[in-house]
Amino acid sequence: MSDFPILSVIIFFIPLTGVLLILMIRGEEEIVARNARNVALWTSSINFVMSLFLWVGFDTSTAAFQFEENLQWEGAFFSYRVGVDGISMLFVLLTTLLTPICVLASVEAIKSRVKEYMIAFLIMETMMVGMFCALDIVLFYIFFEGVLIPMFLVIGVWGGPRRIYAAFKFFLFTLVGSVLMLVAILTMYLTAGTTDIPALMAHGFSPALQNWLWLAFLASFAVKLPMWPVHTWLPDAHVEAPTAGSVMLAGVLLKFGAYGFLRFSLPMFPDATVFFTPLIYTLSIVAVIYTSLVALAQEDMKKLIAYSSVAHMGFVTVGAFSLTTQGLQGALFQALSHGVVSAALFLIVGVVYDRMHSREISAYEGLVQRMPAYALIFMLFMLASVGLPGTSGFVGEFLVLVGAFQANSWVAALTATGVILGATYMLYLYRRVIFGKLTKDSLKGILDLSPREIAVFAPLVLLMVVMGVYPGPFLEVMEASVDNLLRDFELARAATGTLAQASP
Amino acid sequence: MPKAEVPDLLPVMPELFLLGGALVLLMFGVFHKGGQRDTHVANYRFISSASVIVLVLTLLLLLPVSSSDWVIFGGMLVSDPFAIFVKTLVLLASAVALVMSQRYFENHGLARFEYPVLLLLATLGMMLMVSANDLIALYVGLEMQSLTLYVMASFQRHDVRSTEAGLKYFVLGAVASGMLLYGASLVYGFSGTTNFEVLAAQLSGQAAATPSLGLIIGLIFVVVGLAFKVSAVPFHMWTPDVYEGAPTPVTAFFSVAPKLAAVALFLRVMVGPFGDLADQWQQFIVFMSIASMALGGFVAINQRNIKRLMAYSSIGHVGYALIGLAVGTEEGVRSVLIYMSIYLFMNLGAFACILCMRRADRMVEEISDLAGLSKSHPFLALAMAIFMFSMAGIPPLAGFFGKLYIFLAAIEAELYGLAIIGVLTSVVAAFYYLRIIKVMYFDDLAEPLERPIGREMGLVLGGTSLVILFFFLYPSPLLTGAQAAAAALFSG
Repeated sequence: MSDFPILSVIIFFIPLTGVLLILMIRGEEEIVARNARNVALWTSSINFVMSLFLWVGFDTSTAAFQFEENLQWEGAFFSYRVGVDGISMLFVLLTTLLTPICVLASVEAIKSRVKEYMIAFLIMETMMVGMFCALDIVLFYIFFEGVLIPMFLVIGVWGGPRRIYAAFKFFLFTLVGSVLMLVAILTMYLTAGTTDIPALMAHGFSPALQNWLWLAFLASFAVKLPMWPVHTWLPDAHVEAPTAGSVMLAGVLLKFGAYGFLRFSLPMFPDATVFFTPLIYTLSIVAVIYTSLVALAQEDMKKLIAYSSVAHMGFVTVGAFSLTTQGLQGALFQALSHGVVSAALFLIVGVVYDRMHSREISAYEGLVQRMPAYALIFMLFMLASVGLPGTSGFVGEFLVLVGAFQANSWVAALTATGVILGATYMLYLYRRVIFGKLTKDSLKGILDLSPREIAVFAPLVLLMVVMGVYPGPFLEVMEASVDNLLRDFELARAATGTLAQASP
Repeated sequence: MPKAEVPDLLPVMPELFLLGGALVLLMFGVFHKGGQRDTHVANYRFISSASVIVLVLTLLLLLPVSSSDWVIFGGMLVSDPFAIFVKTLVLLASAVALVMSQRYFENHGLARFEYPVLLLLATLGMMLMVSANDLIALYVGLEMQSLTLYVMASFQRHDVRSTEAGLKYFVLGAVASGMLLYGASLVYGFSGTTNFEVLAAQLSGQAAATPSLGLIIGLIFVVVGLAFKVSAVPFHMWTPDVYEGAPTPVTAFFSVAPKLAAVALFLRVMVGPFGDLADQWQQFIVFMSIASMALGGFVAINQRNIKRLMAYSSIGHVGYALIGLAVGTEEGVRSVLIYMSIYLFMNLGAFACILCMRRADRMVEEISDLAGLSKSHPFLALAMAIFMFSMAGIPPLAGFFGKLYIFLAAIEAELYGLAIIGVLTSVVAAFYYLRIIKVMYFDDLAEPLERPIGREMGLVLGGTSLVILFFFLYPSPLLTGAQAAAAALFSG
């Protein structure tokens, strides 16, 4: 097993085999659609099972990168180098889990151009998994940016009425941030002489340069995460994207930013990180409080959840920049948990949207009477989003707050208001949609979850509860890598400290 | 007593063969009279196919020449890896452009044998340009190319736009040639030589620190003349009109082969004889680069005609190539070569798509005519989308790697401002490339375009889109080739 290139198989071989198979499908539209769906479902499910082997074979005692593969292109300054560590491994699993769920959730919603739709999702999977696995910074950039192509098309082709505006906004916002990061990446290569990520972590850039590089990376990650005030593309993209597109956006794409902070900003630019931490705290707190209030005022369910994503991502950045073990673990856990919970919430909106073709909150009422199973699942994820103990959301938010409290109690206190506000808007949403009398005629005939939809939600419910009740295995995976990150961080800080003293 | 030496003709075998081929085909065309219209077309078909074969054979003849460096005709021409690299691409581009044009001319009643012959002669001019090692040879090659291009632009001679394009191109081109020649004469007057190597030797070391004013003025005139040929802002005015007016296959040809040859010539002149004067010309190139990128990006947003849009897009691309030239190092030259090679494939592919835009036996040129293309012609739309994403520089497509190397060179030379302006204008440019994708994929189907698109178009489209799509799997040949070519310019 040791020489088996498992990561390349997960990144390229399985999804792209699926793409090839789908391309070969011919025949009548109905049959093509069904076969394309099946092929996509099978390949992405196999890929998920394959990625489970990563966890089985993962060595939690070391912070080193595992399952490494290395290939050099002749004449190129970058190389194909992939591997996973405790920070990236769970994100890979999250991606491979959400892809088959997206395929399954699109059965009813997507009726036109099914073939192209499935191809787009499989290519997206390649890009996203590749992004988390890349150990070469140029390779990372290729995947990071490459995901824009399928996402742009998914929003633009299968989206809602304002899809074109949303697709362009999404693409151009992200691109502006990314190209600045590209300049920083090239500067790093020319300074350090390598594009290898572990080597860059050990390089130690000069403090003055660190600040510039850090800001360039911020430009990219802040847009992707998204942080206030560059979050405005997110509500548009979410509202207009088809359900599965929103799931991928919220579930995985938003994690790119969090992952980027932990992979690049913190370990590579420790001095700049300390210097800019107040900025991050400020932006995060504004994001948590402001977007929570905005969410409270929304009339559109998807928009509400989109704003809640911005608020939850605020927790992630607070945790990451608290620079404590709990904070970092909490940030990672919150990112994963948000990946599951917000994905589920978008799917929940998708369920009623498929039936009624409306996302307006006012279009619904008293759904519990016709859809008890739906109401139950909605409640579970609503509570997970609020952060009720026993759900995955609690573990993440709690750890973040513990970490933040050690770093700065004011930040922790202000961030904690987000928990209360989160409860407010989510409970308010739930009350308006699920409870009350069912008087609208249009809702009288609405059907409860179909077996297919239950199959979509079952793995997410299971995962959410397991993560909430027994988070140990997840935290264990992260532990060595997080500790190592913080240890290197302190060492690097100490090194610049002595340097500053030595040269007055 | 001096002996009359027989010049060594081996290194110019490809050029001689191309010239011979062009002349034989010309004679054949002139004397093989048919009289009827059908024989006209048959003649045209034969000569066009034969011309493609001549180009391919010339390409093969480059192989034996490429083994070593030569300086021939008393230092007039040089054959080094740089020349071989560019000639390979030029011949390839010409051959593909000719393949693409065959059907168009037949459909438009323009099946005249002169066109392939003119294209061969233009290619010959380009080969001389990239081999030029002397200001005189440079001018001769450039004019040979330009004069044939003027004729090609107005080839559709019953069409007002086409003749206007040719005339405009000729008048403005003549002004530029005049400037170039004037600059060359000034350089000669103040240095006493036209040979690149002698110039480089004279202008190195102490002389580079304090060059005479006359020489600088001459240099600037030469730069202006060359900037016109590569259509860099502010010498770009002819480009949109000529691109729009010329018959589409001619535009396709213009946008690749002559542009590549002119950029290569620009590189050789600037880093060769005037390499040590970089302080004098760098800021000028930087200005043109920024202006080209910005104008190419912003003005293209408002275009409705796709050929005009491609004209502004090509101006923008030249802006990026000029970043590499402004750097003026070996890495800079290499990045320009990589960029232009990838640009060539993208542009050939994009123009193949544009040539497929026919409706009721007529060409249509509005961007809105592409509406809903992804439904009626899925593969054509996919290919066009690949080219557009690639031109916008989105990884993992080839266009990204072109930009990557350009910006790498710029940052290595610490031109951070230029690099940042470059990446930001690339976002502006991304907007209008995305707009084409939007029209093809997001908009509803209007009137469908004609099908089928034809076998040779399918071949060109398939080939170029596969190259762009899978470039990242095996970029080594281009990277190492460009490296060797760039090194050749700096070895002397």
